Parts: sequence; structure tokens; C-alpha cells
Amino acid sequence: MIYHGKHPAGKSKEAEIKRINKELANIRSKFKGDKALDGYSKKKYVCKLLFIFLLGHDIDFGHMEAVNLLSSNRYTEKQIGYLFISVLVNSNSELIRLINNAIKNDLASRNPTFMGLALHCIASVGSREMAEAFAGEIPKVLVAGDTMDSVKQSAALCLLRLYRTSPDLVPMGDWTSRVVHLLNDQHLGVVTAATSLITTLAQKNPEEFKTSVSLAVSRLSRIVTSASTDLQDYTYYFVPAPWLSVKLLRLLQCYPPPEDPAVRGRLTECLETILNKAQEPPKSKKVQHSNAKNAVLFEAISLIIHHDSEPNLLVRACNQLGQFLQHRETNLRYLALESMCTLASSEFSHEAVKTHIETVINALKTERDVSVRQRAVDLLYAMCDRSNAPQIVAEMLSYLETADYSIREEIVLKVAILAEKYAVDYTWYVDTILNLIRIAGDYVSEEVWYRVIQIVINRDDVQGYAAKTVFEALQAPACHENLVKVGGYILGEFGNLIAGDPRSSPLIQFNLLHSKFHLCSVPTRALLLSTYIKFVNLFPEVKPTIQDVLRSDSQLRNADVELQQRAVEYLRLSTVASTDILATVLEEMPPFPERESSILAKLKKKKGPSTVTDLEDTKRERSVDVNGGPEPAPASTSTMSTPSPSADLLGLGAAPPAPAGPPPSSGGGGGLLVDVFSDSASVVAPLAPGSEDNFARFVCKNNGVLFENQLLQIGLKSEFRQNLGRMFIFYGNKTSTQFLNFTPTLICSDELQPNLNLQTKPVDPTVEGGAQVQQVVNIECVSDFTEAPVLNIQFRYGGTFQNVSVQLPITLNKFFQPTEMASQDFFQRWKQLSNPQQEVQNIFKAKHPMDTEVTKAKIIGFGSALLEEVDPNPANFVGAGIIHTKTTQIGCLLRLEPNLQAQMYRLTLRTSKEAVSQRLCELLSAQF
Amino acid sequence: MSLGNVCLPLVLPSHPPQMRFMLLFSRQGKLRLQKWYLATSDKERKKMVRELMQVVLARKPKMCSFLEWRDLKVVYKRYASLYFCCAIEGQDNELITLELIHRYVELLDKYFGSVCELDIIFNFEKAYFILDEFLMGGDVQDTSKKSVLKAIEQADLLQEEDESPRSVLEEMGLA
Repeated sequence: MIYHGKHPAGKSKEAEIKRINKELANIRSKFKGDKALDGYSKKKYVCKLLFIFLLGHDIDFGHMEAVNLLSSNRYTEKQIGYLFISVLVNSNSELIRLINNAIKNDLASRNPTFMGLALHCIASVGSREMAEAFAGEIPKVLVAGDTMDSVKQSAALCLLRLYRTSPDLVPMGDWTSRVVHLLNDQHLGVVTAATSLITTLAQKNPEEFKTSVSLAVSRLSRIVTSASTDLQDYTYYFVPAPWLSVKLLRLLQCYPPPEDPAVRGRLTECLETILNKAQEPPKSKKVQHSNAKNAVLFEAISLIIHHDSEPNLLVRACNQLGQFLQHRETNLRYLALESMCTLASSEFSHEAVKTHIETVINALKTERDVSVRQRAVDLLYAMCDRSNAPQIVAEMLSYLETADYSIREEIVLKVAILAEKYAVDYTWYVDTILNLIRIAGDYVSEEVWYRVIQIVINRDDVQGYAAKTVFEALQAPACHENLVKVGGYILGEFGNLIAGDPRSSPLIQFNLLHSKFHLCSVPTRALLLSTYIKFVNLFPEVKPTIQDVLRSDSQLRNADVELQQRAVEYLRLSTVASTDILATVLEEMPPFPERESSILAKLKKKKGPSTVTDLEDTKRERSVDVNGGPEPAPASTSTMSTPSPSADLLGLGAAPPAPAGPPPSSGGGGGLLVDVFSDSASVVAPLAPGSEDNFARFVCKNNGVLFENQLLQIGLKSEFRQNLGRMFIFYGNKTSTQFLNFTPTLICSDELQPNLNLQTKPVDPTVEGGAQVQQVVNIECVSDFTEAPVLNIQFRYGGTFQNVSVQLPITLNKFFQPTEMASQDFFQRWKQLSNPQQEVQNIFKAKHPMDTEVTKAKIIGFGSALLEEVDPNPANFVGAGIIHTKTTQIGCLLRLEPNLQAQMYRLTLRTSKEAVSQRLCELLSAQF
Repeated sequence: MSLGNVCLPLVLPSHPPQMRFMLLFSRQGKLRLQKWYLATSDKERKKMVRELMQVVLARKPKMCSFLEWRDLKVVYKRYASLYFCCAIEGQDNELITLELIHRYVELLDKYFGSVCELDIIFNFEKAYFILDEFLMGGDVQDTSKKSVLKAIEQADLLQEEDESPRSVLEEMGLA
């Protein structure tokens, strides 16, 4: 063969592409040809397309032919059609209707093989359209007496898939109790499939599936006590039904320990048997045997930890895991470390876990697989308490010197958290953080060094030590830029505390910092300039030296606008201001309000290398927005803890400065002095278009998408109980680019604020492309209210500043508790509320088709009970409920009278409070 | 004003763990079979496959079979030239997933009679059918080897009844 200068692999790749293109052209022409293809040829070509797709090439035709195959009576043609659909169709809506038709026919065919294919297809595609079409049908197939076992298994898992994608479309009903009884089925395959379904359903509807607990326990008990041959083909390498056992144990984790002492005793016996079996000699040397056995064991331990109620079992579990920590199988060591992490958080077993500290430290040093070492770091973190913190922190620090780059940032965060949490002596804390910067400066994120500054500022007992220590650390010829930042900030605040020592006189301090200046990046230099102006106040004797530096061309004419402006302003300030004014402006930073460490939030999120969020940028954009943007919202008060980035110079404080107090001094880091004096109230965008409609959609439901544009999606999930609620807000970044300075703020108007209490924590300011972050809002209804809070989101995307506001659908009716009552009671109460101020009525035109079932669902969604057979006119709807607020409870009655002919409704609300009647009437009227 | 220690049962965002996808690929990084149990766009699928293959192929033989990847846990095992790889969610049981892979390999082995990579390349549809009979929506449908193989044999019988030769790919000459 003559070598043509091309890589042989490349050549064969080219040849393959050439051949495939030829084949694709051929198939295309066959499909387009005049002659109708017979089923066999169609199948053949569809199969070829699949093959080509699986080789990694794109396929953009043939879908229609595949759909045609579905209606074939020949099994193989149908089968290939379904395979193509399940591999290649994601949710192509045009085709879905045709596919659904074919599925419908096959489901009705009573041919178990065809039914199986159809169910598989539904489970593979699992789209919403499919759920709409079949979610009502499949439960019937599942519980029908004459359904074959294999079809039952498929139906159970198919339903599970639909429930996962569209839980709202799967109707609960009589079938649920019959599904629970499948746990008793003779066929273990049916039990296995049903257990998966029941677990998922039970997680969302625990009450409804409560009876599954005792059934699961007795099933489990029969399995673990059976001889290894009893279960025939369901025994796997001498382990009886390991999959089913794991699933049953998982189901039990949806519930607290059983209340019935007999059930509870039986479960404890099962768990003890499983633990005992771990000590028995293996029945086979095959790894499959020990894996299956240990799979059950680990799941049992998970259940024990979940119950967290039997100290004896917890300690046994811990000892068992301790044995695994030294097992020769890497997999078991990994899992033991992982499982012990959760065990460490139980008060019963925390001490038992701690006894393994040496083994875990040893794992950190000797494991060859980074994923195992990572587990060891996690476990050390979890078992850390005041008694062993110095040892654990020291071990982590020493491991950090050689740790894999991929886990360094995480270790840095963990060390920082532990050092703070368990610091008895804050000098130890300061030393630890400085060590972190020395060892892994690149991985020390802003959160970490901000935090050390917060702590030093808030604790005067450590300030002198901190100043001395950073001064010494800065002596090193090469020190990390983060150390220069911390050093600059701390000396700028507390350099005076060590200035008495001639070895660290003001001039020496200044020269030391300035020797680093030229090696640093712009933000650090900006920080150092602020330190210098602070020195002018602290040490009048170095003022001329500093003025000389500020005056030099390299500062006053610096190409960087920020640096130039600082130099000019600081120089001017140092010349014109009197000593008193200087002292006021440059006063020591006031203590920061105590708040939870942002490092914790960072650790929870930790995604990739830390990103440099630039506070300066937000500030600049914000001021641009002030000039050119919309009017600031009047009198909006932020009730929430999400700090606005411009609130203090470094973004360290939690709340905006009190308006009456002195202006904050220009601390080390951040902004221009002009910023300090400008108004720091954040500018809130007007409500996004369409936000009202979206808002109305949430009045009768709690979950869904609240807002979506090309960049951002905001989803909500919420639950309410009496006067309390919890809302999960999910912010999804739809782009592939990071959002920076991502700041959601909850705003309650002055009027709303006393009536509705919202509490949340700030979210990570960086949202990676494609990622979703979650924010939890705790809600307390203090008294009835009318307005809704506003959610304002500001972030930076690419070079642009984004500002979005939407109404947050927290409405009065969320605090409804339905009340059932008989007709007589209802009318008696109705009469009691006959005072004209108590009734509000609205007559309005129907905006949606007038459907009885939909109306019922909306009234129930609204939160009141729907009372049947109360109103003498069966076409009317009647509801009752109680609005719970912290201060009071308000009984509410409602009546909705539809007039089909006129396409109108009349809605009447009667409550003991006029404002409540008014608000509920408004909210509910908008729903029909 | 604070809510204090009010604690509602936290049921909302958690959902039972689920298998996200299963991949079979060769030591050379050729994808041989993919099954996705959660709607994922084509683009995202390709990206994930590429990324994950790189991670898994870089691992050394004695390393553990589990690794954290993105927000998922990956359970993998190598059989001859093929890697079998499942992505599950954090709280899912790793060991039972490992045995799930093994059971699938056993099923393939039993059906093809000592299975090799070529069997899976050229009878990919069978590999899919067997997988579908065993797993559905990412959950085990039946763990009994007998039941699964019986279902496949029945399907094969139906096939022989209703048609002639099954040489779908021969003429493509892609071997």
C-alpha cells in the first residue's frame, strides 16, 4: 500500500463517512421513490438508519417511516419501529400524535407482546403529551384482574415514568390501594416493579400509601429469612432477591419508624439479620455474591440512619462500616467512607464514628484513587468537632500540599469552615487561614478571605495578633496576592496596634506593602491605595511619603481609570481635609452584623474553580442604570437579607448602612469615595411583561414556571401549612455563559411588610451556564394582606446588566385550610355572616370555557373545601375554609353560580373581615 | 422578626433516585449503546457522552467503580473491551447498580453465547431489546434471568413465524 501522507485511521474514518453518505442517499431515494415500499423493506431501511445513528452520525429523516411501522401487524416491523422511536424521538410534537395513536391501538389489542412494546415506548419517550394521553389508562391496565404478570410489570414502571415527568397528570384514585397490595403478589417480578412505583408515589403522598409499610416489612422479613434456594431464579449468587430487598428498604425510608410495635419489632429483626449475615462466612468467593449481599447491607444501614432511633443498631452499623474501611476491595472502602459521613451526624453514633479517625486520616494519605480520598476528606469534615478539630484541620492542611488540583478548592473551603466553627482561640483561626493562603493561595476564594477580615474586625481580642501575623507573613519574598489583600486590609485598619514596635514602624509597614504593589493586579492595587489613605489617617508621620506615591505619574496618570481616580481623590482628600474630617471619613470599620458564613453556601454549591466576581463592575453598571434606566421604585423596602452589593465597600456587611449613622469609611477594598456618598438603594426594574398573567396562574396551584425569557427561567415549588409556608425558587441559567453578581431580592411594600414575613438566604452570586440554583423562602402570614411581594433579580450576563422583577405569587388564599361541613351548618354560618361589610359579590364574564370539573379543581386548588350537595341548585359550587394568620383565623364561605347561557358567573364571598372577603373575591374571580 | 425554628417536612425538591442513563462504549471510545431515562437534548447527550467517556477511560484498572461526575454518580465496569456505565443519582445504591450491569452482561452472554463487542455492534437491536426487557425507565423490571430470556425467545419465535432471513445489515458492508 502506498502511504499518501494521511493517517490511516483518518483514512478509514473518511471512507466510513463516504460510505454512509452514499447509503443515506440510497435510503432517502427509496423512501421518496414512487414505488411504495413493502413493510419488510421499510423495516430494513429504518433499521439501517438506526445503525448509522448509533455509529454516531446524525439522522434527520425516516421518522415518518418508523411511525408507519408501528401500525404493522408483523411483530418485527412493529418492534423496529418502536425501537427507532424510543432511541431517536425526544419529544417531536408533530409525530407524537401519530405515535400516540399507534400506542393506543396496541394497548387495546390485548396482545401482551404488543402491549409490552407500547408501554416501553411510553416509558422511553415519557413526554407530557404522552402523559396526557395515557396517564389515565395505565393505572387500569395495572390493576385489572386479567392483566398478565409481564404486562403488569411494564405498566407499573411505565406509570412511574409518567409520574416522574408529569405528576399532576396521574390521577390518584381507587387503584392506589390495589397497587399497594401488589406488594403481596406471588410473582416476585411484579413485586419488584410495583415497589419502585410505590416508593415514588409514597414519597409524594405518604398518607395515602401508609399501609405499604407493614406489607413491605413482612415481605422483607420473608426474603431475609428464606434459604438461599427458596426464591429460585430471584436468588442472585446465593443472595435472595437482592434488588427487591434494596427497593423495600428504600420504600421504608419514606416513612418514620413504624408505630405498631409488632411491625417495628419485625423490622428490627430483619435489620439485625442483615447485619448478622455480614459476619457470616461468604457462601461464594465470587465478587457478585459479596456485592449483592453488601448492597442490601448498605441499604439497611441507610434505613437505620434514616430512622436514627435505635442506638444499638446505629453502633452496630458503625462497627460494620469500620471493618469495611480496611477492606481490600476499593469499592467497599469508598462506600464505607461515604456511609459513615451520614452516620457521623447522628448523636448516637457520632462518637463511634470518631474512633475511626486514624484509619480515615491514613486513607487520606494512602488511597491511590482520588475519588476515595475525596470521600475521606468528606468524612473527616463530618466527624469534626471541638475535640478533634485541631488534629483534623492540621491533617487537611498537610494533605492540601499534595492534593489533586480537582479537590483543592473544596478542601480550602472545608478547612476555612472548620477553623471558624471550632475556633476556641482566634489566633489559631488566623494562623490557619494564613496557612491556607500560603499553601493554596490560588484556591482561596473571595468568600474565604472576606470572612477572615470580617472576623478580625468583629473581635478586638485578635486584631493585634492578626496585624502582627500578616506583617510577618508579608516578609516572605514571594507571597500570594490574596495575602497582600488580607495584609493590606488588616494593616490599614489595625496597623497602629503594632506600630509601637520599631521593627514594624509605620514607614516599615508602608514600605513592605508598597514593595508588593507593582506585582499585583488592578483590584489589589486599588485596595492598597485605600490602605495608604487609611495610613494617612493612622500615621500622620508617613503622610508626605504617601502623598509622594499618590502624586507620582504612575498613579495620577495610570491608564486604569479606577486606579487613576483613586489616586486623584485620595491625594486631594489628604490635602484638603482637616484632621477631624479625615478621622471621620477614614474611621475604623464598624463591626459587621453577625451572619452565617457565605463560605458554607459556597461549599454547598462548589462548582469548578472559583470565579472572580468583581464588585466594582456591578457598582458601575448600577450607576449607569441610575442615570439611564427607569425610575427607582418608590419607597420599596428590602425586608430580606440578600445584601445589595453596593451596601458596603467589600460586600461584607449584611444590611445597608443605617441612614442616620456616619457614612462608612473607605475600608480597604472597594469602591470610590463618590460611591460611598451616593445613594445605595437598589434600582428595581418595573414588573416584567406578562408577569400578571403568570401570577394569576399560581393562585390555584403551587408549582410551575413563574418567569422565563431567553436567559433565565424561574420555577417555583411551594407548600403551605396553616399560616406558614415554604417556597423553593429555582433560578435556571438557560445560556451556556455564567451569570455573575446574581442577586435576587425580595421586596415587600411598607404596607405588606408588617403582614407578611419572608425569610431567605442569599444565593451564590455566580450561576454557571446551564446550572440551576435554588433559594428557599420561609413564609409567615402575620395578618391578612392584599399586595404581593416583588422578586427582583439583578445579574450580569456577558457584558450586560440584567434587571428583572416579577410578582411572587404568595397570596392570601395560600393560608387556607379547607373545612368540611354539612348543608345545615353551612347555611347557618352563611346567615351569621349577613352583615353587608362581610359579603363581597362579583358578577363577571367567563374568560375560559365553563367546565364543571375544571371549576371544581380550581376551587379546591384555591384552598377551600368543595362542599357537595350543599347548594340546592346542583349547578352551583359552594366552598368553605379558614384562613390562618399568626394573629387570627378567619372563616370563609364562598358560593359560585355559573350561568351557562349568559357565559357569566356570580361569585359571593362571606368572611368575618371585609378586606379578606374583598381580596379572596378578587383573586378567585380572575380564575374563571 | 423571624420564623424561628419552624420546620415543615421537606418533601418538595427531593424525589426518589433514578438512573439517568446507561452507556456502552469501547476502549477506543466508540459508543456502542446508549439509553437515556430522562429527556435530554441531542446536543447535551453528545456532550455528556464525550465528557464521561474521557473521564472513565482515563481511570486505572484497580480504581473503584464509582465516581462523582457533575451532580451524578457514575457506576462503571469494564468487561473485555467494553465499558458498561450507568449514571445514577447521589442517594442511589451503587453496589446494586454494579450488579445490575453484571446481570445485563450475563443476559447478553446467555443470549449470544459468550458475547463479544461485535455481537453488540451487529445485533444492536437485540442488545436493546434485552436491555428493555430487563430495565424500564431506569428501573429493574424483572431480575430473573429466566423471565427476561423467555420474553426474548418468545419474540424471536414471533419473528421466525412472520418472516424470512434477518440479514438487515449485511449488504451495507460496514463490517
